[in-house]
Amino acid sequence: MSWLRFFRRANWDQERVEEIDSYVQIETDENLARGMTAEAARAAAQRKFGNRTQIREEIYRMNTMAVLDSLAKDARHGLRSLRHNPTFTVVALLTLAIGIGANTAVFSVINGVLLNPLRYPKPEQLVALRQLAPGAAGLASFSDGLMLSPSMYFTYSEQNQSFQSLGVWSPGTANVTGLGEPEQVRGIAVSDGVLQALAVPPAAGRWLSPADQVPRGPERVMLSYGYWQRHFGGARSAVGRNLTVDSRPREIVGVMPREFRFLNQDFDLIMPLAFDRSRAILAGFGFQGIARLKPGVPIARANADLARLVPVWMDSWTNGPGTNGKVYATWKITPAIRSLKEEMVGNVSDVLWVVMATIGLVMLIACANVTNLLLVRAEVRQQELALRSALGASRGRIAGALLVESLMLGVMGGVLGMGLAGVGVRLLLAIGPAALPRLGEISIDSRTFAFALMLSVLSGLIFGSIPALKYAGTRISEILRSAGRTASTSRQRHRVRNLLVIAQVAMALVLLVSAGLMIRTFRALRTVDPGFTHADHLQTMRIAIPASLIAKPEQAFRIQNEITDKVSAIPGVSSAGFASDMPMEGYGSMWDEIYAQDHTYPPGEIPPLRYYKYVSPGFFHAAGTRMIAGRDLTWAEVYNRRQLVLLSENLARELWGTASAAVGKHIREFTFSPWWEVVGVVQDVAENGVDAKAPEIVYWPPMMENMFGPGPLDVRRAVTFVVRSDRAGTEAFLNQVRQAVWSVNASLPVATVRTMQEVYDQSLARTSFTLIMLAIAGAMALLLGIIGIYGVISYGVSQRRREIGIRLALGSPLGTLQQMFVRHALLLTGIGMAVGFGAALGLTRLMTSLLFGVSPLDPVTYGAVPVVLAGAAVLASYLPARRAAAVDPVETLRAE
Amino acid sequence: MLNLMPRRESPLQSEFLQGTLDMLVLQSLVLGPAHGHTIAHAIERGSEEVLQVEHGSLYPALHRLEDRGWIASFWGTSENNRKAKYYRLTPAGRKQLLAQTTRWEQVVQAIGRILKPVSEKPR
Repeated sequence: MSWLRFFRRANWDQERVEEIDSYVQIETDENLARGMTAEAARAAAQRKFGNRTQIREEIYRMNTMAVLDSLAKDARHGLRSLRHNPTFTVVALLTLAIGIGANTAVFSVINGVLLNPLRYPKPEQLVALRQLAPGAAGLASFSDGLMLSPSMYFTYSEQNQSFQSLGVWSPGTANVTGLGEPEQVRGIAVSDGVLQALAVPPAAGRWLSPADQVPRGPERVMLSYGYWQRHFGGARSAVGRNLTVDSRPREIVGVMPREFRFLNQDFDLIMPLAFDRSRAILAGFGFQGIARLKPGVPIARANADLARLVPVWMDSWTNGPGTNGKVYATWKITPAIRSLKEEMVGNVSDVLWVVMATIGLVMLIACANVTNLLLVRAEVRQQELALRSALGASRGRIAGALLVESLMLGVMGGVLGMGLAGVGVRLLLAIGPAALPRLGEISIDSRTFAFALMLSVLSGLIFGSIPALKYAGTRISEILRSAGRTASTSRQRHRVRNLLVIAQVAMALVLLVSAGLMIRTFRALRTVDPGFTHADHLQTMRIAIPASLIAKPEQAFRIQNEITDKVSAIPGVSSAGFASDMPMEGYGSMWDEIYAQDHTYPPGEIPPLRYYKYVSPGFFHAAGTRMIAGRDLTWAEVYNRRQLVLLSENLARELWGTASAAVGKHIREFTFSPWWEVVGVVQDVAENGVDAKAPEIVYWPPMMENMFGPGPLDVRRAVTFVVRSDRAGTEAFLNQVRQAVWSVNASLPVATVRTMQEVYDQSLARTSFTLIMLAIAGAMALLLGIIGIYGVISYGVSQRRREIGIRLALGSPLGTLQQMFVRHALLLTGIGMAVGFGAALGLTRLMTSLLFGVSPLDPVTYGAVPVVLAGAAVLASYLPARRAAAVDPVETLRAE
Repeated sequence: MLNLMPRRESPLQSEFLQGTLDMLVLQSLVLGPAHGHTIAHAIERGSEEVLQVEHGSLYPALHRLEDRGWIASFWGTSENNRKAKYYRLTPAGRKQLLAQTTRWEQVVQAIGRILKPVSEKPR
């Protein structure tokens, strides 16, 4: 039997009919010739031939594939019946489309961020060189572990046996002049080995080579594709030209391709680090390591390899005369290499999986709702089904037909859902955490497509199989019986629907509890004092003064002072100042050994490392950071290089018990530097976000003597200015600020202009993203749950009209009847909530890492959610129950 | 492959009889092309009315044989000027007929050998 004939079987049948006709004709002719009457001749011929239809059917079946045939028929029938019930179809399709769309959107994010391999050649070989240093007190709160120092880079890259290439890098900013307005650009400084490890060939020109890494050698730079397009229009001739970076010419040697991302960093320029080997010391742990493993080398072996090199590194380098490099042995430096993907994705995976799980639950609730709809519809169609069964359709055939119909519903919902997913992805990216890694790699690809298709078919099977199993076996006798007066519907029929509502309520409870916990977390975070006030009135901006522009450090500091004064003079500005960085900005942290004068330290042991910053006089006043004890510095004290310092309250308490006791005490960094007097103590500041513990901080003045003796003064050249004004954020105000800066020096770019509120919101982005997603999921679950309860009760009311009528006629008060229905809904909700509590107790534990200041068993949330759900249940059941009042007992009785 | 057999058994459904009917149809076409009506009557007459079949049941057999490529069909005009579908034997059909006839004779002989002693034995 050929496919061709299968599709042409109607033609074939037509030909058979003609052939049979021809037989009958010939036979009739012969019968006539034998002298029969016309009528008898024809009848005899028919008789001789036998059962015409049966013969045709037999041949037709020879040409057909029964399953395909009935499938096509079922599909046609299904489409027709869906068209005839537009309300049902639209509601079901919308529910499915939203469910499938939301799931597909979230999946596409998970797929792009977590599942897809990184877009580098052989990405599985790429690793981030993380190290732990459990022995270095203070470092324990380092989220990044211990970064690498230049000397470590030299030892590791030259003596390892596990890597094809190894390098270190560090993000930063640079000022580009000579291309229109001065511009601060994002740069990445790389050592040799970084580009080789990433192994992405340049789009034009060449990579930075080892020859470009020679200190005081020729200065070179690579461009990002975007920067190349913006400033050189993508011209190949850009390669070889000079770019003025930090007031020095650098030759452009190459351009990276458009799809190239430097891990999670946005960048404009790639510049060589050009470490000076002769000046490298043990310390300076400020660089991130990246490497490409040799083929087949597991991470454990690479770890062992580097662990072997740590003592080699300590023996090979020194921190200068009079220091003992062996102190680092007490730090217990341990390599903890991670795959680059893990490094890039980080803790986002927790958030994404929680979101996926919640959206998946919403999908299940949606499926439960569609099942309910289908059940009601199947009930209505019982007569049709019974008729089909009476006409000889087998149980399997009817079940198949119902299933095909649900599958079509599922697939159509899926197609609509794919459309919604496109919108959903854009929405997700818009509200997603700004730091969501691999953002540019999220798209709807073939795997996402397969996911949506699978989800559609699976959901079709799930919600289709229940009615199919239940109603395929309907017997005609049952229908005839129930069409009569003994019509109270069987309990058994309600059971499935009740179970579905219970499941819905249980899942809704889980989602609402999760959403509630996130709301509580958010509120808890908002109540944390971040260490600054009225963030929306705090304008911040980053200004860097390169040494190539202003050589003398003291001159640079004077310019910073002048900018502060000019900005303060703008109308509406109440105060201004600057600091090495603002809280939550994440410009990387600096840590130092801090000794207190009246404390004793065992010989050979290093005191805890402390986080330190540089702040200008007036900075704390402008930021709104409270002075706990003592006083702020004055500009004169800074210019006179008085050795005065401020501390955070927690550090003061740790060292001397109270804040006020700290004032007048002395500290120093390293053993060879002079003692500094503590003049003030300020409140703790949530440097790493309000959900992290406020670190102990030392605040140095912005200009200091060179720690290593006579030499240039120590000045922060890149600082964040902070300006307090009601007009912060407005365009007019920003123009005035820029003019003020440029009136001091016109070559200074003003970068990263934003209000502190934006910085603060961004630090909460992960929490608010999770909150929004869970709130959406919770709201959807609640809505779907209400619809589910409403549907069941309202159907119950319509099925029991007769019973209601009789009860009314017998004198039962209406209120009692309505209560009966509400009680039924509350019973279902109660059981559902009990089940949901069990599930929530287990599931919310998985959220612990996302919570702050609230237990996963938070009594407030667990108390409030059932109240909300019960209220919703009462509402959802009271509305249809009121319809019982519309029952006219006389009418009902007459119908009897 | 799916089961293409109809559920209801037609008179000549069993495999053995089906094979026999195929053979008879092929045999009736040895002398030249013929249409369904002729074939039906030829089989009936040839067996001296021993094989009484509903003529209709011939057509599924014709369809099956054509499907296997043993016979081919064309539309023509009957002796009394009626439009009729003619069937003719293909080379493959001729080979099949020979093979089936040989096999049939073997079976008949074998059955004959088994039955003979019984029938010849005097009571």
